[in-house]
Amino acid sequence: MRLVACVILSFICISIDHSHSHLSTVRKTLSAAIYPLQAAVYWPVKAGGGLVEHVRGRERLIADNDRLREENLMLRSKAQRFSALQKENRRLRELLDSSAQLDQEFGVADIVAIQATAGSRQMVINKGTRSQVFLGQPLIDAYGVIGQVAEVGPFSSTAILITDPKHALPVQVNRSGLQAIAVGVDRKDGLELQYVPANADVRIGDLVVTSGLGQRFPAGFPVGEVTAVDEPQGDAFSNIVVTPSAQIGRGSEVLLVWPRSEIEGGRMSAVTDIRH
Amino acid sequence: MGKAAVIPFSFAMAFMLTAIPVPDWAVSWLPAWVALVLIYWCLATPGYVGVLTGWVLGLLLDVMHGSILGQHALGLSVVAYVTLIYHQRVRIFPLVQQSILIALLLFIYLAIMLAIYNTLGSIDYGYNYLFGALSSALLWPWLFVILRDLRRRAALV
Repeated sequence: MRLVACVILSFICISIDHSHSHLSTVRKTLSAAIYPLQAAVYWPVKAGGGLVEHVRGRERLIADNDRLREENLMLRSKAQRFSALQKENRRLRELLDSSAQLDQEFGVADIVAIQATAGSRQMVINKGTRSQVFLGQPLIDAYGVIGQVAEVGPFSSTAILITDPKHALPVQVNRSGLQAIAVGVDRKDGLELQYVPANADVRIGDLVVTSGLGQRFPAGFPVGEVTAVDEPQGDAFSNIVVTPSAQIGRGSEVLLVWPRSEIEGGRMSAVTDIRH
Repeated sequence: MGKAAVIPFSFAMAFMLTAIPVPDWAVSWLPAWVALVLIYWCLATPGYVGVLTGWVLGLLLDVMHGSILGQHALGLSVVAYVTLIYHQRVRIFPLVQQSILIALLLFIYLAIMLAIYNTLGSIDYGYNYLFGALSSALLWPWLFVILRDLRRRAALV
């Protein structure tokens, strides 16, 4: 009797969730219940890291400090050039009468858990609606794009990674400007460029960046490097493998990206839902 | 009710084991921890744990995996139901025989999950998703002994 009730209830849930996603509030509430457990798995790792920092000693810290100071100096000088270039770019765009590219703002979030199961690559981070995280928000690290926010709770949110086989990312090849869609590959932490014609101009070593199409990811963020190009005989499309430049699964922090318009002009409407 | 606290505790452990990140090659061999613990408590204490528990746990698992809400709920309530029907016979079987039955039961469970993933999802999951049944069955004797110890220490009948 109970089984019949549960089975019927499950089917109702499945059909509602599959067709509309009206159950996002249920999902949000339950995810708040799961969150402590996910955080608890990573707690020993974090505590261990803290302990290592403690006993690492003065000299290592001084060396680290020196290295970081140098790096900071280098990055600052690069940033100076960058801001000059940005101004020039904006001026040229105005001359061409095309809309200026938007600036972004960044915020740091800690990775709480990485969920890698067959057919899905997800990540839980410790920021939610309380920190203005929104659905579909891009996540990057110092090296490239990581993913986007798929579910938001009050204190935490779940992001789908670009290596998830259900995730598709509009990209372009930086050298040739060729547009493509990068889709995650199951069981390999890599991406695949889909529907690229067999004779297209793509070479091994090409940098792949976000194209900004689809209006979810800002244009120009590095996605990865082409590591294999295979043109099978008699096939209209070539197989192109891209290795992500972001350190997915290796860092412990990510950057959340807020487009400037999002901050000034109120909320973007909740963007199209992500398929399960 | 105080001594029954080991049950939620063991389920919390099962969820944590599910959340542990593993390398890519191991993903399809990941044991179905929550299903295993659910089977144990259905065998040992059918008065406390049943179909409804399975359903709620499944819903939590759905949220954790980001799968369609109700998918694992359906699977785990079926698992709990089948275990409850046969619990009096299965609990006195030797561990090896139990393992074989559990491999069968989890094979059915994972097959239901696979069928739902493949019919409703946008990508096709391979059949190596079913390897989880094998690794779970191999782990069963150890899990059984550990959970039995836990149950006896809590003096839960």
